[in-house]
Parts: sequence; structure tokens; C-alpha cells
Amino acid sequence: MSALLAMIHRDLLLVMRRKSEVLTALFFFVVVTSLFPLGIGADAALLRKIAPGVIWVAALLATLLGLQRMFAADYVDGSLEQIVLSPQPMVLLVAGKIIAHWIVCGLPLVILAPIIGIQFDLDASSLWVLMGTLLLGTPVLSLLGSIGAALTLGVRGGSVLMSLLILPLYIPVLIFGAGAVYANTVGLNTSGHFSLLGALLILALAFVPWVSTSAVKIAIE
Amino acid sequence: MPKLFMTAHIPPTSSPASQVLEARDLTCVRGDRKLFSDLSLRVGSGDGLHIRGENGVGKTSLLRLLTGLSKPESGEVLWNAAPMSTQLSAFHRELLFLGHRDALKEELTALENLQMYAALDDVQLSLENALSALARFGLRGRENLPVHYLSAGQKRRVLMARMLTRQARLWILDEPFNALDLHAVTELEGLIAEHLAAGGLLVLTSHQAIKLENVRVLDL
Repeated sequence: MSALLAMIHRDLLLVMRRKSEVLTALFFFVVVTSLFPLGIGADAALLRKIAPGVIWVAALLATLLGLQRMFAADYVDGSLEQIVLSPQPMVLLVAGKIIAHWIVCGLPLVILAPIIGIQFDLDASSLWVLMGTLLLGTPVLSLLGSIGAALTLGVRGGSVLMSLLILPLYIPVLIFGAGAVYANTVGLNTSGHFSLLGALLILALAFVPWVSTSAVKIAIE
Repeated sequence: MPKLFMTAHIPPTSSPASQVLEARDLTCVRGDRKLFSDLSLRVGSGDGLHIRGENGVGKTSLLRLLTGLSKPESGEVLWNAAPMSTQLSAFHRELLFLGHRDALKEELTALENLQMYAALDDVQLSLENALSALARFGLRGRENLPVHYLSAGQKRRVLMARMLTRQARLWILDEPFNALDLHAVTELEGLIAEHLAAGGLLVLTSHQAIKLENVRVLDL
């Protein structure tokens, strides 16, 4: 457990020293989601209808922006070798990196979502559903993304390749995340969507850290 | 939970007195080229091994095989007479590897780097010990400066402080004398001599001649 906390502490400290990279992803999320209401105009009914999809797609892309950093900086300066050579279980260290990424790139989206939602004229219950889906969905994005980040280590043009690898895997999260908000706005029950998002999260938690760990080891070799 | 991974293959009474790193019939292939084959070596407590050779002959590859970062084409590496791959965690607990990249985080201070690695390596490191290690290598007053502002030689000095605080039995060092001034070279030699005198093991590569007892030379 100390390994997990040590890694989270380390990564958060590094982020605090280089805030610009994180703020870029958040700013991207805010700007992209704000452009739609500005571009479409004051058609409230249309905005309400596209809100879930737009906000979720923007969240996917914002997560993707931060992913490249997850292992790449440590790979370049040799820290990743030191992490592999640590006596602590490597899976916990990788899990720590994923959690740190979520705290930095996922959690702020959850907190910002209501403010963004207001621009789309979402009512209070839809805002809660939006926050709930993001809370369950963004960890899955960080988890799945870590596989792509690890697999494309040291590859030229890695970030493009990573987008191609990872975005298709994000589709289920997008469908159920945006679907729940849409279902709520038209008065349908959302518990099914939440159950499926929860299942995706549990599934990802159970497998992804091990997969990413193997991918990192391959990259180091 | 971490305990499960760690203690599986080491007897609880593994004596720190004598430890052995042994390589048997290592063959290393990079791409289509065979770098070396059937290489065997043995380093015991208090022994050092200085690996020499021309550029590209496979010195770094050999070191990476010995650390377990990469796997040999054939042959095996043994730690205390058991295959290293069956006791990776126990082996890594005793191992400090410094590659030619310094692995220091530029945004963090020298002190934070030491503390961060102590936490990752599961080593107890008090603030006083960290500060005195940095002071010993001439970084007094620079503990709280981001590593980014240090010169190449000063970064190597931070690494020397890490060698001191890591409490590892086996040091595997890739070109540790690079970028060091004459004074620092003497300091590092002193540090290595202390390590060997305390029963530590050492494998290093260097293009310089090393004036230390108990250090054998292996020419690749």
C-alpha cells in the first residue's frame, strides 16, 4: 500500500511543479464544450439534446491529452527503469500512476461538469446524472488509456498511434455515459446505464493495471 | 499484500555476510547482432568487477541483463545461487542500478528526489540522513534547489547521495565516473571502497582506470 501512496504522492508533486500541462487539458475541456453553445446559438432544446454527447466527447479528448505524459517523461529520463527495479510490487506502482492521472485529469472534469452543463440548459437532475457518469466513467478512461500510453512508449509518433489504439476502447464508456444523461432528460430510468458503467470500472480495475505493467516491462526491455 | 510477493523465495535468515551474483553462459543478441556469448562471471561480497570494452561492445546490455531489466537469449543470472527471475523482488531490494541517464526528476529538489526514491524503494530515510548525505557530496545549501538548476556533475553528486542512502548490497553502475571533477572522482572511489569494505558487491563500467583493491577487470 505504501508503494501506491508513494507513487501517487510523487506524481502529484511533479504535476504541482508543472501546472501548465494539466491546465492545458482542463482549458481544452472548458473551451471545446463552450464553443458548441456559442456556435449553435440559443436553441435550448437542441442544446439539451446534444449536451451529453458533446460533454462526454470533450471529456474523452481531454483525458487523451494528458495520457501521453503518464509514462513518457519517466521513460525518457530513466526513472521508469528505476520504478521497474523497485522492490515493491510493480502493479501497485503502475496503479498509483493511473490514480494520479485520474486525480489530475479526471476528477477536475467531474467537478467542472455542472458548470459546463448549465451552458447547455441542463436541469438539476441531469447535472447530477452527468456528474455521476463522469465519476464512474473517467477512471475507466484513465485505466484504459494507461494501456495505450504504455504500449506506445518510445514509438515515434506515439501520441497519434495511442489515440487510434485507445479511442475505440472508449466507445462503451461514451455510449453508457452519454446515454444515461440523455435517458434522464427524456425521463427514462438511468440505473441500467450506471450499473453498466460500474461494471466497466470494476472490470478495468481488475485487469488493466496488470496489462499496463506488462506493457511497461516490454517497453523497458 | 506486498509481503506475498517478496518473501516467497528467500529464507528469512539470509545472512548479509556473503552474497553472490553469478552469471552463467550469458548470450546477448541485439537486433541481428550477437554481442557476446557464453559469458560467465561471479562477484561475491566485497568484490568489484570492472567491465571494460569498446563502445557498442555490449557493456550496458550486460549490466541490464544483470539487473533483470532485459532477459538473456540464453544463460541465466543467479543471486545467492538461486535464479534471479524467481526472486525478483528480493533481488531488487538488494540492488541499486544507475544507468547513464540520471533518473532524477528535474522539477523536484535534490532532497525531494532522495526522499521520493527512498519511498519507492521502500527504504527508511530520515531527513537528517538525507541532508547529511547531500552535504557529504558538496550539496550543502543546494538541497532545496530544483535539480534542473544543478550542473551535470552536481546531478551525479545527487546520485552519489542516493548510493549512500539506498542501503543496497549490490551496486550496478553504468559509467559512474562520467561528468565528475577530479575531487568528485576521489570521493566516488572512496564511497565505492567503503561499500566494498562493508561487504557490498559492485559491477561497473568505466573507460577510466580504477585504482581500487578488490576490483577485477573483465574485458568484453
